[in-house]
Amino acid sequence: MSQPFRLNKEGLINRNKKISFTFNGKKLFGYEGDTIASALIANGIHLVGRSFKYHRPRGFFGAGVEEPNAKLQVEFNGHSEPNVNATEMELVEGLSATSQNCWPSVNFDVGAINNFLKMFFPAGFYYKTFMWPKSFWYKIYEPFIRKAAGLGVASIEKDKERYEHKFEYCDLLVTGSGPSGLASAYAAAKNGAKVILAEDKPRFGGTLLTDDVSIDNLSGKDWAEKIITELKSMPNVTVKNRSQVFGYYDHNMLVMFERVSDHLEKKSKFTPRQRLWYIRAKETILSTGSIERPIVFGNNDTPGIFLSAAAKEYMKVYGVLVGKKPLIFTNNDSAYETALEFKKNNVEPIILDTREEHSSELIDEAKSKGIDIRFSHGVIVANGYKKVKSAKIGKLNKDKNSFEKIETIECDCICVSGFWTPSVHLASQSGNKLKYEEKIDAFIPDKKKQHETSVGAANGSFTLEESLKHGFENGSNLSAKITETKTEISIPNVNEKKYGAHDKFWCMPLPKNENPKRFVDFQNDVSVSDIEIALREGYRSIEHVKRYTTLGMATDQGRTSNLNGLQLVSNIENKIVPEVGHTTFRPPFTPITIGTIVGREVGMEYMPTRKTPMHEWHEKNNAVFVDAGAWKRPRYYKQGNETLFEASKREAKNVRENVGICDVTTLGKIDIKGPDAAEFLNRVYTNAWMKLPVGKARYGLMLREDGIVMDDGTTTRISENHYHMTTTTAQAANILSHLEYYLQIVWPELNVNVVSTTEQWAGAAIAGPKSRDMLSKLYPDLDVSNDALPFMGYREAEFFGVPSRIFRISFSGELAYEINVKSDHGMFMWEKMMEVGKEFGNQPYGTEALSTLRIEMGHVAGPELDGRTIPSDVSLNGLVSKKKDFIGKNSLGREAFNVESRQKIVGLIPIDRKSSIPEGSHIVQDQNAKLPNPKLGHVSSSCWSVENNNPFSLAIMKDGKNMIGKKFFAVSPLKNKSIEVEVISSHYVDPEGKRVRS
Amino acid sequence: MLYIKCPYCGLRAQKEFSYGGDATVKRPNINEEVSSEDWDKFVYMRKSPRGKHVELWQHIAGCRQWIKVQRDTATHEIFQTAKVTEEIR
Ligand SMILES: [Zn+2]
Repeated sequence: MSQPFRLNKEGLINRNKKISFTFNGKKLFGYEGDTIASALIANGIHLVGRSFKYHRPRGFFGAGVEEPNAKLQVEFNGHSEPNVNATEMELVEGLSATSQNCWPSVNFDVGAINNFLKMFFPAGFYYKTFMWPKSFWYKIYEPFIRKAAGLGVASIEKDKERYEHKFEYCDLLVTGSGPSGLASAYAAAKNGAKVILAEDKPRFGGTLLTDDVSIDNLSGKDWAEKIITELKSMPNVTVKNRSQVFGYYDHNMLVMFERVSDHLEKKSKFTPRQRLWYIRAKETILSTGSIERPIVFGNNDTPGIFLSAAAKEYMKVYGVLVGKKPLIFTNNDSAYETALEFKKNNVEPIILDTREEHSSELIDEAKSKGIDIRFSHGVIVANGYKKVKSAKIGKLNKDKNSFEKIETIECDCICVSGFWTPSVHLASQSGNKLKYEEKIDAFIPDKKKQHETSVGAANGSFTLEESLKHGFENGSNLSAKITETKTEISIPNVNEKKYGAHDKFWCMPLPKNENPKRFVDFQNDVSVSDIEIALREGYRSIEHVKRYTTLGMATDQGRTSNLNGLQLVSNIENKIVPEVGHTTFRPPFTPITIGTIVGREVGMEYMPTRKTPMHEWHEKNNAVFVDAGAWKRPRYYKQGNETLFEASKREAKNVRENVGICDVTTLGKIDIKGPDAAEFLNRVYTNAWMKLPVGKARYGLMLREDGIVMDDGTTTRISENHYHMTTTTAQAANILSHLEYYLQIVWPELNVNVVSTTEQWAGAAIAGPKSRDMLSKLYPDLDVSNDALPFMGYREAEFFGVPSRIFRISFSGELAYEINVKSDHGMFMWEKMMEVGKEFGNQPYGTEALSTLRIEMGHVAGPELDGRTIPSDVSLNGLVSKKKDFIGKNSLGREAFNVESRQKIVGLIPIDRKSSIPEGSHIVQDQNAKLPNPKLGHVSSSCWSVENNNPFSLAIMKDGKNMIGKKFFAVSPLKNKSIEVEVISSHYVDPEGKRVRS
Repeated sequence: MLYIKCPYCGLRAQKEFSYGGDATVKRPNINEEVSSEDWDKFVYMRKSPRGKHVELWQHIAGCRQWIKVQRDTATHEIFQTAKVTEEIR
């Protein structure tokens, strides 16, 4: 169980705690504080996956978010997660990781044949190959692509973890705890600002953990620790590690992804796995640092090739060697620090520097330590399939396009550095148009669009001294503006090495007749030749090149590839990089889990559940519920083995024959008060309202300004200046906003107030020929005769001691009443009704029976008032006043609303009197006509008429009533049905409306 | 997510508001004759400016007041908010 590549003492891991895990079934161990990557490298394992397109062997390349290759399927804490970045995921006991995109194994992968057939996989391969024939897509192409080019496998198990959302406000959000971030946070905190400091990694400090520097005579690491400790002790500061700010949105809202417990072996029951923070910051410091970019050369994707800073991080943070015979390939001084670190650990590196021989502080130090440095040199091609074995290196001529000398040297890893790219993602997302900084060959933030300030390496300042200075200054100035307090802080003394100039060199030339793949984008397998093809084929815009080649489109968002891609395009096109421009940076910066995005809004918590006061009774009496918006309504009350069809038929029939009660609490209710209430209603409804007496209800119709029916319902005059409006369940919220709109904006001169009372009242409808008899038992002291309480009458009376409202209104078309009591008395009312109703054969009925009753009466509802119909379309033109003005009136005169052939409401019955007509069926003349078969209308609502004992439907049909008596087909390709139907009146039962008035 | 200053409640998250369209549209007076052209203009014709736009929002999860918001339709910058009875210049 020895770890051949673990150093004896270096690193920040906890060597006292071993953690066992498996990789591709093999049992291994690492230490607390390791990532999967560092633990595998310590064990000498580099081959971790296969590339996306060619299935080439791939190993680790970076040590953090920049990693393009090492995406693993990881099982831990009882769940399986695909595409986990091995360089970020911390090791936990019992974790099991497996390679992705390989079959049957990472060592022997059938798909690697693609690598040898690469002429079939050039740029634009997907576009060219899978375009034709179209019919092949579903059965052949898609399954093939999925199988051959997948990442990991998403679990189909229910995610049992808990995810949370948090909303936070602060004065200053600092994104990254490197030197500039720490300095900013510290200065702002000292000014009394409310600060949030977010660090993506488990450890605070950023480059201070790996750079050989000192601040105020402390090592970088110790200084970072001191600052963090002080920040943590301040009540106005929130310090968060394992938290990445991944998106910058409007009005300075940033979103942060916190990995709360993935690294914990045990956690308490309600600890979330991950947390999403919505942070509204007055000011934001972007101290996101920079990412090293590679130099492109042949077979540069071979396992064992690392970014040089990653190699250093593995040594300094994890005590792990990425190799024992390293080649350092660089165009700048920073890689010398990696070489020196190797040397310090008794490993002899060879440095290949593309620059001509010169001198700098770091070069001199490397020389003095006896490190082999070869100037004007670079790696041409790496040799080795599953691991680097040697490298063909070349001495470059002065033009850097040809070679003076080529030789092969042995090595077991290549650490490459092509200089540094500021992480400008968040700045760009904030709306900042970036500018190209010639000095560093990269983009940096330009003029700010929101309240964001980039500092340190993210702003292109690569020295510690500058980073700290900018950090302290900006943190102090930005916060002082908010807190109006300025605490003087002296900027600490810094000791760091001076870097010389870098070489603007990013891609090794190839010797004649050699053509190894040179990858620009590792994760999406985009090589230099792919980009050349794209340009040859006429793709010029960088956005087009990106889509055609898929450059930078993988989950790593091209962190290590974008700039080299731009360099290549600008070279070929003979443009300078800023002319080529950059592609768009989109959130999230790194992939986040869907669970985090969803948060707690899953299952029952997906939306609130609204229950009526009688809900428990319905539950106890076998109600089967249906969703009506957020409401739960009884659809039917199941008796024995009844089906929905049987139960609803029984319930509806009982209403027609005896009496039934229905929970109508969910109807929207709006209280309207004020001296101008009548005038307001008169403008809102299409019919006349000025003369409605107190104690009377009226059915009303509302239009939108474009003449389309918006809603219907009854409104009752409770007293002189007090009305009670009902709306449909679905439209309740919209109608309230609609009324408020007119009162606040259009007619503020009207003295009227509106307020929703939906939840204040419990409602029950009593419907059926025996409803009056039942009502008289419910109100023994009240005269409920037709004269005393006529149709559309209203009374207030005590219901067994509780105040109640009685409306004589009907949706079922039967003699009916609606009783409202305060919500708290709803259950009392319902139970009393059930008790008293027994002798009249009362049964509760649900929404399905309710629909049946209204459909056979020809009463319109949502399916007819579908946002396309005007009053005359649904036979409600009798409610449209010719005398007065109202909302939408002027639109009713429009030509298209007045043509005779307009689609209008009719009734349909099947010729065989047996076949139910599916809702949504199209009405056609000839069921066998060639497609597209001209559509004459559609079926809006269907039921089984309990009155006539056969199916009946409402339809909206061309020519409307003129079609009565004619025969058509109702076809439903969805249900594979075609039913011959006859057109009849939409009022199938009691067309004169006698029953409601009886 | 926008951050909208309700003139009654102060700065609140966009989640609490619902959008209500162009605030510069004026409904023809009730009970007054209006030409078909003017009516159609009121019902259907809307400018879709790129840049500053005065629009209506309702603070539905707050004070329920309709308010005016002057917003840049391209950048979402909010320049000014006001009660509906107030003018935005
Ligand atoms: Zn408000």
